[in-house]
Amino acid sequence: MAFTRREGARALLWLSPWLVGIAVFFVYPLASTVYFSFHRYDLFTLEFIGLDNWRYAFSDPRLLQSGLNTLWLVVFMVPAQVLFALGVAQLLTKIKSGSGVLRTLFYLPSLVPTVAGTVAFVYLLNPATGPVNQVLAWIGITGPDWFGSAAWAKPSLTLLALWGAGNTVMIFLAALLDVPRHLYEAAAIDGAGAWRQFRNITLPVISPVLMFSAVTGVIYAVQYFTQAMIASRVASGATDSAGSTFTPGYPDGALLTLPQHLFHTGFRDWSMGLACVYAIMLFAVSMVFTLVLLRQFNRAEATS
Amino acid sequence: MRSLPLAAAGLLALTLTACTAGTTAPPALGARPTTTSTEPAALPAATLELWHGFSTDVETKAFEDAIAGFTTKFPQIKVVAKKGIQDAQITQAIRGGQAPDVAASFTTDNVAQWCKSGAFQDLTPVIAQDGIDLNVLPAAARSYTEFEGRRCTMPLLADAYGLYYNKALMKGEPPPKTLSELTELTKKLTVRDAEGNIEVAGFIPSFQYYENSPSHLGPMVGAKWYNDDGTSAIGSDPAWKQLLQWQKELVDWYGYDKLEKFRKGLGDEWGAEHPFFEGKVAMVLDGEWRNAMIAADPEAKDLDYGTAPLPVADDKPDLYGSGFTAGTVIGVPKGAKHPQQAWELVKYLTTDTQSLVTLSNALRNVPTTKAAMDHPDLAKDERFATFLDIFAHPKTSTLPANVNSVFNQDAFSTFLIEWEKGAVKDLDAGLAGVDKRIDDKMKLSGG
Repeated sequence: MAFTRREGARALLWLSPWLVGIAVFFVYPLASTVYFSFHRYDLFTLEFIGLDNWRYAFSDPRLLQSGLNTLWLVVFMVPAQVLFALGVAQLLTKIKSGSGVLRTLFYLPSLVPTVAGTVAFVYLLNPATGPVNQVLAWIGITGPDWFGSAAWAKPSLTLLALWGAGNTVMIFLAALLDVPRHLYEAAAIDGAGAWRQFRNITLPVISPVLMFSAVTGVIYAVQYFTQAMIASRVASGATDSAGSTFTPGYPDGALLTLPQHLFHTGFRDWSMGLACVYAIMLFAVSMVFTLVLLRQFNRAEATS
Repeated sequence: MRSLPLAAAGLLALTLTACTAGTTAPPALGARPTTTSTEPAALPAATLELWHGFSTDVETKAFEDAIAGFTTKFPQIKVVAKKGIQDAQITQAIRGGQAPDVAASFTTDNVAQWCKSGAFQDLTPVIAQDGIDLNVLPAAARSYTEFEGRRCTMPLLADAYGLYYNKALMKGEPPPKTLSELTELTKKLTVRDAEGNIEVAGFIPSFQYYENSPSHLGPMVGAKWYNDDGTSAIGSDPAWKQLLQWQKELVDWYGYDKLEKFRKGLGDEWGAEHPFFEGKVAMVLDGEWRNAMIAADPEAKDLDYGTAPLPVADDKPDLYGSGFTAGTVIGVPKGAKHPQQAWELVKYLTTDTQSLVTLSNALRNVPTTKAAMDHPDLAKDERFATFLDIFAHPKTSTLPANVNSVFNQDAFSTFLIEWEKGAVKDLDAGLAGVDKRIDDKMKLSGG
């Protein structure tokens, strides 16, 4: 007993920098967030107001709107990105010559700064002057107002996400190349077709990587902020001149994600207490999604 | 035992909050008698830090020249200016106890919050001490620089909004004076191609077009934002309904989709491809600074254009000549190291006639005091003088300071976008909804 206790103390000692780090940078901010959520806090004055912030949050139409937008991203953008990356990676493994060049090409968009990539997309997809709609017009299709219509805005952002999925493609490619070749050969001898091989060999082997991508993808989608905000601003043609106010989430609030709403509430509207309520909700949602995903994968792993 | 770590974390959180909240207070304005300003030498030497939002070379130089006027008068005071500062940085610095001695902001949106929370110091005592008569400022400029009796900023330079018209596109017509004249003229001047796409617009009525915010358009109908008790007046003031119905009729005449397509194809507001420069729109609502931008643009500088006050509601002809105004504000943040000298600098920049005239001439913004506006050295060609008159007009209005200023404008604008595209069935109910959003938020903000 004495030995393990000393061992435990030593382990704690080694872990202490991390413990201090998590206390200062995670536990303390989290506790303050909860504390501030019961206060009226404008960054200068603090006043206890009980559950007022919580009550307001639940009757705030923007919360529901932004929450649904974020949910949309989790439900559609993340799977689309994972499937697309997996498909591209699979194709890249099949290509015999010139795969190096292709790999580089698929990875390049990931090197473009997020803001620049988003601005470029909005310009390319401009309904009046953008080249995409002009090309579509040549073949007789009237292109949509991509970032300007509520129905197309999030799909347009999904396109942007697919374009920038280079990181995920590379991770999947590495995982696919790691699948032992002899398994495929054995399966082929047993008469398994391509789909069968993919289903019974590839998927089980790369499932930890899939899980990693799905979980990080969900966390990323829940925190999705920059692209949506930039796309809104650029597409709406908003200018920051004095006396005019930018309405976030253009068009029609379709691109207002929960983190954006949180940001505006806290730093634009000086309602830090209310922003803390949103932050707690955001944190809870991320936790729930992550736990559900982890569980699903664990179960899938146990059965396979 | 499980709750122990949580309790410890909570305790830690509490102590840390207490630490950040209780920094020692530096000297505040008016806390001790100041030396009389008539004797500059009596003021102790100091180095002041000044943060401002100007960023282009021309602007920065003009502003630093104005500061140089101050340091010649007070040679013992040095001023270090930091350019390109935005409001969030000022707020952050004040919170962190690293506030500059003087800070200026381009928007008036945060004035209420800064005054209310004490982030900027109340200037009332020193203004009284130095015997400054604030009546030299127009009522609108006084209103956007204070909140609930606390004057925590002073107007530095102002912007006034009016109508710009391209003479070549006007077909010999004079600028409109009423909303129905504007409608009529818009219909007459608009040019479309065979498919009905807009090539030249008479006037773009969209609330989403560059300067067409409700705050800028409201003065055309004399619309009011707030009731005296601070609640929203948007739903109850019939003027807003009048504006919205006029606007929607014109949007529908264009066709919302056609108008949006046209609007989205227009060049950047701050670039050389501005639709007014390019002759794509005959009449625009814009600030007085557009004059300077046109003059500075190599292509647009030869544009034959005129300026006029905004057209007003047909049944309110007495509003003609007025408009919207707002401007740059400047004050002394809480935690300024040399508040006394800082106030002296603020006072000089905002009330010294010569300094205001020089600055206005360099930046082509409206000077705020009556003496500066009447000064013979003030460059006032006809196009610029329009805006001086708008600024000085007794009916000219501003967006009154409110702690939720941006939130409220956002709530209204969100509704206006729905409105102009025709998604609103019941206008009264919609406006009442805007009121409710604004008032609910006001309650949460403790107003």
